[in-house]
Amino acid sequence: MRRVVVTGLGMVTPLASGVEETWSRLLAGQSGAGTIKRFDASGLGTNYACEVPLGDGSDGTFDADRWMEPKEQRKVDDFILYGMAAAVQAVEDSGWKPESAQDFERTGVMIGSGIGGLQSIAETAVLIKERGPRRVSPFFIPGALINLVSGQVSIRYGFKGPNHAVVTACSTGAHAIGDAARLIQWGDADVMVAGGAESPISEIGIAGFNACKALSTKRGDDPQAASRPWDKDRDGFVMGEGAGVVVLEEYEHAVARGAKIYAEVIGYGLSGDAHHITAPPPDHEGAERAMRAAVARAGVDVAEIGYINAHGTSTMADTIELGAVERLLGKAAGGATMSSTKSATGHLLGAAGAIEAIFSILAIRDNVAPPTLNLDDLDADTVMDLAPHKKVERDIDVVLSNSFGFGGTNAALIMRRVTG
Amino acid sequence: MSDTADRVRKIVVEHLGVEEDKVTENASFIDDLGADSLDTVELVMAFEEEFGIEIPDDAAETIQTFGDAVKFISEAQ
Repeated sequence: MRRVVVTGLGMVTPLASGVEETWSRLLAGQSGAGTIKRFDASGLGTNYACEVPLGDGSDGTFDADRWMEPKEQRKVDDFILYGMAAAVQAVEDSGWKPESAQDFERTGVMIGSGIGGLQSIAETAVLIKERGPRRVSPFFIPGALINLVSGQVSIRYGFKGPNHAVVTACSTGAHAIGDAARLIQWGDADVMVAGGAESPISEIGIAGFNACKALSTKRGDDPQAASRPWDKDRDGFVMGEGAGVVVLEEYEHAVARGAKIYAEVIGYGLSGDAHHITAPPPDHEGAERAMRAAVARAGVDVAEIGYINAHGTSTMADTIELGAVERLLGKAAGGATMSSTKSATGHLLGAAGAIEAIFSILAIRDNVAPPTLNLDDLDADTVMDLAPHKKVERDIDVVLSNSFGFGGTNAALIMRRVTG
Repeated sequence: MSDTADRVRKIVVEHLGVEEDKVTENASFIDDLGADSLDTVELVMAFEEEFGIEIPDDAAETIQTFGDAVKFISEAQ
């Protein structure tokens, strides 16, 4: 089977725009949460979230004009803008510049989203109600469709390989990376730009997740304490937004052009819970099966896994995931470090799996596990190190990143350091 | 007339992201100003909005240049 490596990284997160800017803040224990600034959220059940810091591009702020011309920005929902920004970062980081027609045809894009242009749909529905159907923009549909991140990125760069988009709620980003890696393994492409993008912080997004009792509601006075995976006082997830994109490349292709190689994607497992539309089963055996499938594919001993980036959303499901991971690791559970970076970034839904895969890759690069913030009072008995409050410096060669989504969809990615 | 032209030009500059001096009498939205077919639909909607008129689809198809737009709108008002 052809080997697949990661040669480029890009992200826009509530901590910062940019991979290194986000990573340094994450390791420093900073939180991206705050009272919602973009609109008046005072009438909603939750008035806080993790918003991307907007600005002129300095100090890690997100300057939309840097990534897309203003006249183009008007035509797309924010998730496409974030996805484009992360994709441009990743492609630039990879140094991949196709030259021949075949190069372009062998480079594809698979960037998904959990919900896509939710805000555009809401605004357009109101517009039709108030002013009639003739006022609907010709850019409404192409600006809201989930696969238009992949479409826009392919148009910008001329990438003519597989053009695809994943939609699996909060496991979208992980599924996109896993599926794109498989396209390379099977020879459908040599290079894939893969990841997830999401922009759910809007009245309709917050109200919708509030209605299904998924969001934290009781930390309006201290939003930065709201996302607290595994803590006894957790009361739901904190909404995030942004995008994560990686450049995946066939190993020999990367070596031949002298590309920088971050890690190899060695394992990918998928499963379904067949249980409930929003909740995992009490033992989350589906998550365990996804992880076991990834481990089997990777051909590693579970004791080699140094860092696990948990799905860990700061909901009741956190401890259920912990149990599944403990069963997976068995006697090795005491030797691995697991954290939930959602404690700092909030939950980026369809982008979460992608930014968390990137954090896992950087954990290998720097031999450090990012912290779980706000974990004051652990709601479980475990031998596992959950990296409360502070990063953990340790040897990390193999990482596991978990992502689970509404509908009972599970994805697990395993990546390994490439030596020599 | 000149007021109408100025308002039309402002919309074109805003929507197509072009320099004001490029928006001349015979400038074609598609051939000279970088618009695609969706951009022209949006432009016509913006004209309707700005001038409070309705431009039927068959008429919209005849508006190819800046001059066409100014002429149509001036007559419709």
